[in-house]
Amino acid sequence: MIRLDGVGQVFDGREGRVTALEEIDLHVRPNEFVTLIGRSGCGKSTLLRLIAGLLPPTSGTVTVAGDRVTGPRRDVSFMFQRPALLPWRSVLSNVMLPIEIDSGGTEQRQSRSRAAYRDRAHDLLDLVGLKGFERRLPHELSGGMQQRVSLCRSLIRDPQVMLMDEPFSALDALTRTELSEELQRIKMELATTIVFVTHSIEEAVVLADRVVVLTPRPGRLREIVDIDIPRPRSLGQNAHLTEVAQISGLLHGLLAEKSAADIRPVDEVRP
Amino acid sequence: MTKRSWLTTSPTAAVLLPILGLIGAIALWWLATIVFSIESYLLPTPGDVVRTLADQPAYLLRETGISFLETIEGFLLAIVIGVPIALLIVRSVILERLVYPLLLMVNAIPKIAVAPLLVVWMGFGQWPKVVMVLLMCFFPIVISTAQGMKSTPAELVELLRSLNASRTQEFFKLRLRYAMPQIFTGLKVAISLAVIGSVIAEFVGATQGLGYVIQQSGASADTALAFAAITLLSIMSIILFYGLVLLEHLFLPWAQETR
Ligand SMILES: Nc1ncnc2c1ncn2[C@@H]1O[C@H](COP(=O)(O)OP(=O)(O)O)[C@@H](O)[C@H]1O
Ligand SMILES: [Mg+2]
Repeated sequence: MIRLDGVGQVFDGREGRVTALEEIDLHVRPNEFVTLIGRSGCGKSTLLRLIAGLLPPTSGTVTVAGDRVTGPRRDVSFMFQRPALLPWRSVLSNVMLPIEIDSGGTEQRQSRSRAAYRDRAHDLLDLVGLKGFERRLPHELSGGMQQRVSLCRSLIRDPQVMLMDEPFSALDALTRTELSEELQRIKMELATTIVFVTHSIEEAVVLADRVVVLTPRPGRLREIVDIDIPRPRSLGQNAHLTEVAQISGLLHGLLAEKSAADIRPVDEVRP
Repeated sequence: MTKRSWLTTSPTAAVLLPILGLIGAIALWWLATIVFSIESYLLPTPGDVVRTLADQPAYLLRETGISFLETIEGFLLAIVIGVPIALLIVRSVILERLVYPLLLMVNAIPKIAVAPLLVVWMGFGQWPKVVMVLLMCFFPIVISTAQGMKSTPAELVELLRSLNASRTQEFFKLRLRYAMPQIFTGLKVAISLAVIGSVIAEFVGATQGLGYVIQQSGASADTALAFAAITLLSIMSIILFYGLVLLEHLFLPWAQETR
């Protein structure tokens, strides 16, 4: 579904060149849930923006559904850390924004009628427990509810690919657990490929079919870890707590490798 | 304790207190004219002013209407010219560098110094007045619009990009809408300046309008008439200001909560 071949990204910043990503080869299969972890500044957001077509790579190629990515695509949605809702629009009209932008004069290009999309928006809001909030303005909602609206907005075009950049990291622990469960439920109902960035190792394990670990500066593929724990999984009550803990420990080791390598010789000196 | 909290929290008190303040000020004014027995050509009593207003309502209302029209015309003209200029400035750094210092210089000119020149250029009709109002309001409108247009959060711009929105959509659906509260802040500053502008213009080479009435009453020492005209000007200014506040509440209900 998503293919990155030798992708690299170099930024010309004020303090010289920054190599954000180097030699990334990655293949995300259709309908797969991939989470991406790495230290902050290692290029996770940059990688998502490359797939989204918001940024052209300085080297290598990105393809989505067999086509080379040259700009944002209608079937790829992007969800941010913050809800990014337009404050003057009601909940419903925020969810409808992508459809409104599509129509921009050429109504025929849409696969469904505006009314059908409106029904779809209502269904989505219902699905995330926001029935009855359609006419509210964003500032009247809690952070978790706002992020749910943002989730509905990223689903309204029936995307083949959803790119999510730390979408739950600004929320409190409880809301975060709820939303990650809702996301899994939605994922099971809809056939979408998801690339999900997080800096929480547990979240990465609970959500993913595969976890991709990036190295810091420059970001390279460190490891790809398969997660075989049966679904549904939960961050809260969890029948598979030990497995999650085990893999989390492994990932933690991968992320902290440098310091671990510094310590090891000292340990080995001991008899 | 309870009394105090009523005075600070009750909506009735929020309306009553300013009225009380106004009545108090008028009472003091009246008292001063009596206690110090001030001549009425120096300081008329509130009663004198009200009598003047009641004696020639049609005349004063017509002059008010003339000043009002000049103010509104100049204000609207400032929006029509100022907003596009602000948009161009935001669009192009070159234009900003080219035009911005010029705007600052024009703004630095004491406007009253230009009033006689406007009469020379445009005669005695209403045009020099409208242009004076335009000069007064132009700057705050340009500055607030430009600032508003620059304040769009990067994440919202990125969102519209990711949705493949065109530049035009990005402008109308996001940037302009997001700038509206700041544009309104500029408009509220501008509308008070607009009233001042119309009066200044009517001081010079005018034959009608409240500014002209004030100037004439000064010449004939009819202080009560001057006070009546000033009262009408204040009322006009307040009505215009709260008209804008009302529009803001109607069209930007989200703005009070979000910022
Ligand atoms: N537009 C940009 N211009 C210059 N440097 C950038 C830009 N975007 C990201 N970077 C740099 O690239 C690196 C990776 O950034 P990012 O992808 O945001 O990391 P992450 O999301 O993993 O925290 C950082 O060092 C950052 O400073
Ligand atoms: Mg990031």
